[in-house]
Amino acid sequence: MEPAGFITDILIPALSQGLVVTLQLIVLSAPFGLLLGIGISLGRQYGGKNLSNICKLYVIFIKGCPLLLLLFILYFGLPSVGITLTAFAASVIGFILCNAAYNSEYIRGAILSVKDGQTIAAQALGMTKWQVIREVVLPQALRRAIPGLSNEFIYLIKYSSLAYMLTVIELSGAGKLVATKYFAYNEVFIAVGIVYLALVTFTTVAVHYLEKRVAVPGMIH
Amino acid sequence: MWSKKELPSRASGQGQDSPMKDDAFVLRVEDIHKKFGTNEVLKGVSFNVRKGETIVFIGPSGTGKSTLLRCINQLTIPEKGRVWLHDDEVTNSGPKISYFRQKIGMVFQNFYLFDHLTAVRNVEIALLKVKKMDPESARRQALYELEQVGMKGWADHYPAELSGGQAQRVSIARALAMDPEVILFDEPTSALDPELTREVLEVMKKLAKSGMTMLVVSHEMGFAASVANQIIFMENGNIVEQGPPDALLYDPAYVRTRKFVGQFADLTQRKD
Ligand SMILES: Nc1ncnc2c1ncn2[C@@H]1O[C@H](COP(=O)(O)OP(=O)(O)O)[C@@H](O)[C@H]1O
Ligand SMILES: [Mg+2]
Repeated sequence: MEPAGFITDILIPALSQGLVVTLQLIVLSAPFGLLLGIGISLGRQYGGKNLSNICKLYVIFIKGCPLLLLLFILYFGLPSVGITLTAFAASVIGFILCNAAYNSEYIRGAILSVKDGQTIAAQALGMTKWQVIREVVLPQALRRAIPGLSNEFIYLIKYSSLAYMLTVIELSGAGKLVATKYFAYNEVFIAVGIVYLALVTFTTVAVHYLEKRVAVPGMIH
Repeated sequence: MWSKKELPSRASGQGQDSPMKDDAFVLRVEDIHKKFGTNEVLKGVSFNVRKGETIVFIGPSGTGKSTLLRCINQLTIPEKGRVWLHDDEVTNSGPKISYFRQKIGMVFQNFYLFDHLTAVRNVEIALLKVKKMDPESARRQALYELEQVGMKGWADHYPAELSGGQAQRVSIARALAMDPEVILFDEPTSALDPELTREVLEVMKKLAKSGMTMLVVSHEMGFAASVANQIIFMENGNIVEQGPPDALLYDPAYVRTRKFVGQFADLTQRKD
């Protein structure tokens, strides 16, 4: 059995360190995943034929590739073509690539739901194509995409644990190490589960608040 | 159905002799052709617009009236034909089209307000982003324009909170804010019930009186009779007949025009 003070002296410090790494992974991945997702959806919707097809193929590729395989390619495969990434960097890049592909699908759907007439009215006022996108299309599309994007964010919280497979000691990994060392699987994994649950719950509440803040009368999300 | 040769002389518009240089005209539209696939929607439409004039376009639906308006500000690119604002060519103007679109306002049947912006933001957004006005001046002007259309009290409401008539008045304010030389109205009251139609027509009448140059696609014959300087009857992508309301509504030269106009006389009689 675990020694006295196991929770305070061993479990909490270990999980805290892991949590910091998990948060780093998320905080670095999510913004770029969102930006790249917006870029891909715009490329697909407004880009020329080539760009549009590239974006489409990219999404198909990511959807068809298990994330773990993508991480292995980035970490173990790329060095053979002269690109060596740290385990942490490979994880973040993998998460961004994956997160962006799915985000782009939600955003594209939301772009399609913005009424065409508003685009025409904006052009009729003299806005350039880019101004129409920035001032009229995206503000509405992103609002509508919030539920989908927040789902992806929640997935990201959970699949960030795959970084452990590249030796990044994030929350799950830290738990696994402690659990194995002290032979306390149930206690440790329940504790780890509670932390993930807290992260997801916090996200859900934050998204709810965000949705309320940006809500516009009559604009159904 | 009506080839150009069959048109009566007044249908070809004024100033045909010197179409290239005549500053009496704010807008000149010359020989506009537009096809969608094999569907020939505009078959060579020409007319000129004097400063301060209100021209009302009537004609059966599917005749190309909306397409014509959209060709004027190049939301639709015609295959052939040219449009001038004063002496500047609007067609083939490249990136300068943004300038022309500021000068040629447009109001749509379904308002097309920006759903995510309040009334005042709807009016000021293009002032900020297109005209690059500073925020205070833009806000001041947006509120002024809303006041002109009787919507200042609704400045902070979103489109979804406005009635159709109110939304349309905001969209007129939005067009006015750009300080246009001409405003194109594409069936501005067709989506509104009679009471709301009246409030929008009031605003348009006031605008016409103030000297705004307006092209209006509308089947509000009362408005056409009392406000229009010219009425243009279109059918099948051609101008059939053009003239002042007295002539065109009460003494048209063509049977087609008489039939079309008669339809409306019938309707109003039945209503009364
Ligand atoms: N973007 C488009 N693509 C294909 N056909 C169109 C398009 N816009 C209009 N049309 C066709 O052009 C014709 C004229 O339409 P429109 O200009 O809207 O007529 P009106 O405004 O007089 O009712 C119609 O047959 C319509 O179906
Ligand atoms: Mg129409």
